[in-house]
Amino acid sequence: MIEQLLFYVFAILTCGGAIAVVATQNVVRMAFWLVVSLGSVAALFFLLHADFLGAAQLLIYVGGTVVLLVFGVMLTASGPYTTIKTSPAEGIIGAAVGVMLLMVLVSSIGNVDWIAISGRLPSSPESPSAADATRKAHAEESLVNSGSTKALSEFNANQQQGRTVRQLGLSFLGLRPDRNLKEGGANGLAPGYFLPFEIVSVHLLVVLIGAAYLARAKRRAVSEDRVSLD
Amino acid sequence: MGEVGLSAYLMVGAVLFVCGVVCMATKRNGIGVLMGVELVLNGANVNFVAFSRYTSLGLDGQTTALFVIVLAAAEAAVALAIALNFYNNHLTIDVDRGNELQG
Amino acid sequence: MHGFFAALTLEDFIARTISSLAKLPVESETLLLIAFLAAAFTHAGLLLGLFGGLPVFYIWLERKVAGRIQDRLGPTRVGGSFGWLQTIADGIKLIQKEDLVPKEADSLVFRMSPYLATIASFAAFMVLPICDGWIAVAAECGAFLILALMSLEVLGIILAGYSSGSKWALFGAMREAAQMVSYEIPMAICALIPLMIAGSLNFQVIGRMQSGGFWNWFILHDPFTFLAFFCYFTVATASVKRAPFDLAEAESELVAGFHTEYSGFRWSIFFLAEYSSMFAVSAVAALLFLGGWHDGLGIDSVLESLFRGTGTGLVDGFSLGSYVVNVFGAVVLITKACLLVFVQIWVRWTLPRLRIDQVMTTCLKYLVPISCFLFLAAVLWPLTLVTMFSRPVIAGPAIGERALSQSTASARDTSERLGAAR
Repeated sequence: MIEQLLFYVFAILTCGGAIAVVATQNVVRMAFWLVVSLGSVAALFFLLHADFLGAAQLLIYVGGTVVLLVFGVMLTASGPYTTIKTSPAEGIIGAAVGVMLLMVLVSSIGNVDWIAISGRLPSSPESPSAADATRKAHAEESLVNSGSTKALSEFNANQQQGRTVRQLGLSFLGLRPDRNLKEGGANGLAPGYFLPFEIVSVHLLVVLIGAAYLARAKRRAVSEDRVSLD
Repeated sequence: MGEVGLSAYLMVGAVLFVCGVVCMATKRNGIGVLMGVELVLNGANVNFVAFSRYTSLGLDGQTTALFVIVLAAAEAAVALAIALNFYNNHLTIDVDRGNELQG
Repeated sequence: MHGFFAALTLEDFIARTISSLAKLPVESETLLLIAFLAAAFTHAGLLLGLFGGLPVFYIWLERKVAGRIQDRLGPTRVGGSFGWLQTIADGIKLIQKEDLVPKEADSLVFRMSPYLATIASFAAFMVLPICDGWIAVAAECGAFLILALMSLEVLGIILAGYSSGSKWALFGAMREAAQMVSYEIPMAICALIPLMIAGSLNFQVIGRMQSGGFWNWFILHDPFTFLAFFCYFTVATASVKRAPFDLAEAESELVAGFHTEYSGFRWSIFFLAEYSSMFAVSAVAALLFLGGWHDGLGIDSVLESLFRGTGTGLVDGFSLGSYVVNVFGAVVLITKACLLVFVQIWVRWTLPRLRIDQVMTTCLKYLVPISCFLFLAAVLWPLTLVTMFSRPVIAGPAIGERALSQSTASARDTSERLGAAR
C-alpha cells in the first residue's frame, strides 16, 4: 500500500521531470527538472531494493554529473539566460515521433510475459532439468527453491531487504555469492566482474586526463595567439 | 491501485527513454543534448534494476546499472570538455553551427 | 512494507504496543498500516524537531561565542539575561519580511532552489543514527548514503546563485561549486579510513564496534586514524562552507555571495540548511571517529546494569533499561557533535579568511594527497603489525573479534528479551 503510493509519487515525478526537461527551452530550468527526474529515479531504486545503487545514483548523477552540466551551462552561456529556441515544426515532428516510439514501447511491454521469458535466461541459476518447471512458475520463487545452499537463501533474504553492498563488492572482486558453483554457467564457474571493474577504473583515469587536456588545450592556444599578435 | 509490478517500472523506463531521445533530437543547445543522453541512460538503468528485482537477473542487473552510472559520469566529463572547446571555437553552444566538416 | 522502509524499527514496536494494549493480533493489515503511519509521523516529527531545534541553538551559540571572543556580551535582552530567545525573535522577524524576487531572476528556479538545499540537508538526518537502533532508515550503506545526500546541497546553492541574475550571487555560486565539489574528494577518502577499519558501511555496526572504553574509539585505533580525524574535520568545515573557507559568502568581497538576492523566509532556510549540515558533519565525525553514542567511560554499562530487566513486562520487546541507555546515548552523541560545532564556531571567529585560490590549493595540493597517504598508511598499518608482532592491533581484541562478540551479544540480548516477553 505505502510502497505503491510511493511508487506512483516517484514515477510521476520521474516522468514529469523528464517531460519538463524536453518541454522547457531555458537551460537552467532544464537542469532543475533534470535534478527532479534523476533524484526520483534514485528513489525508485530504493523502492526496487537496490540501496547502494540509489545512493550511487544520488552521489554520482545528481551530485556529480548534474553539477558538471550546470557548470557547463554557466561556462557556455553568452547572455544571462540563454535560450536557443527549437523551431515549432521541429518540436512538433519530434513530439510526434516520440509519441509513436512511446506507443511501440508500451505495447511491447504490455504484450510480453517477462517473467516467463526470464526463466529461460542462460545464466539463470536453476539447473536445465528444472527449466521446464520454472517456465510455469514465477522465476522469483524458483530462485528461492533451487537455492539449496544456506548461503544462497541468505543472499536472497539480504537482497529482499536491499542489502546488496557486500554482494556487489564481492562480485566486483570476481566472486559471486548468489551463484551456486555446481549449477553455474557453462564452465561450472560463476562469472564475476573483476575484469570489467578494472577496465572501468582505468577508463575513469583516462577520462580524467583526457577531459583535463581537452578543456585546457584551447586556452593555451588562445594565449599563444595573443602573444604572437603582440 | 493494483500491485506494482515489473511492467510499471518498464513503463517509467520507456517514458525516460523516449524523453531522452526527443531531447537529443530537438534541442539545439549542446548541454541540452547531453541532458537527453543522461535521460536515456537512466531509462535503461531503471529497466536493469527492475529486471534484477523481479526476475532471476539478480545481482547482474544491479552491477550493470552501476557500470552504466560510472560510464555516464565519464561520458559527461568528456562531453563537457568537448562542449567547452566547441564554445571556444564558435562562441555559441548551438550544435547546428558545428557544420564545418560538411564537404 | 519491506526493503528500504522495513528498517523503521519503530513501526514494529508501535504495532506490538497497539496489539498488546488492545489484545489484537499483530498480523492485522490495517493495524500495520496505522502503526506504519504513526511510526513515520513520529519519526518525521522527531527528526524535524532535531533539524529545526539545533540550528536555533547554534545560531544563538554563534552570537554568544562571537561576542565573548570579541570581548562583547552578545545578545542579552530577549528571553532573560542570556538572550536565549534571540534566534526565535530573529526567525519571527525574518518570516514577516517581504519575499522579494529580483526582476532579472529566473523566478521558478530562484524560488525552488532554497528548498532543494534544505531538502538535501534534511535528508542527511534520515540515515543519521542518534543512538543504537534509533535511526529513521537503517540502510546497510548508511555512511555512503549520508555522504551522497550531503553532497546534494551544492546543487541548490549553484542554482540559487545562477538564477539570481546578479554578479555577486553568480561569483559566490561558482566559488561554492568549485569548493564543495573539490572538498568532497578528501572528505570521502578520510571517511573511508574508519569505514575500512570497521569493514562496514552501516552506522549501527560502526557504532557498536566502538563500545567499551574510549581506547576502543576509532580515533585511537592507530596513529593514522588519529591524523585522519583532524583531516576530516578540516575538510568537513570547508564542505559546510564555514570560515576560514567561507569564500562563497565572503562579505568583504561578494556582499553575501550566493544568497545576496534572497530575503525573508527563503534566506532563513538557507541558514537552517547550513547550520544543520554543520551538525550532520559533526555527528558523522563523532560516529566514525569518536565512539558514536558511547561515552567511553563506562557510564552506559553502569546505567544498563542499574536498570537491567526493569519494565520489560509493559509492552512486548520493550525494556526500560535499554530505553534509558538509549536516551543517555543520544545525549552523548548530541553533546559530542555540539562540541565539534563549538570548535567550528571558535575557529570562525579566530582565524582570518583564506583567498579563493588558497582554498583550492589547500584542497587539491595538500588535503587530497594527505588523505590519500593516510588511507594507504591505515591499510598497511595492520599488515605491518601482523608481520612484526603477529597480531593486528597493539593491545586489546582485534576489530573483527570485537564486532563478532558484539553482534552475538546483541543477538542473544534481543532474543532473550523477546523470549522473556513472550
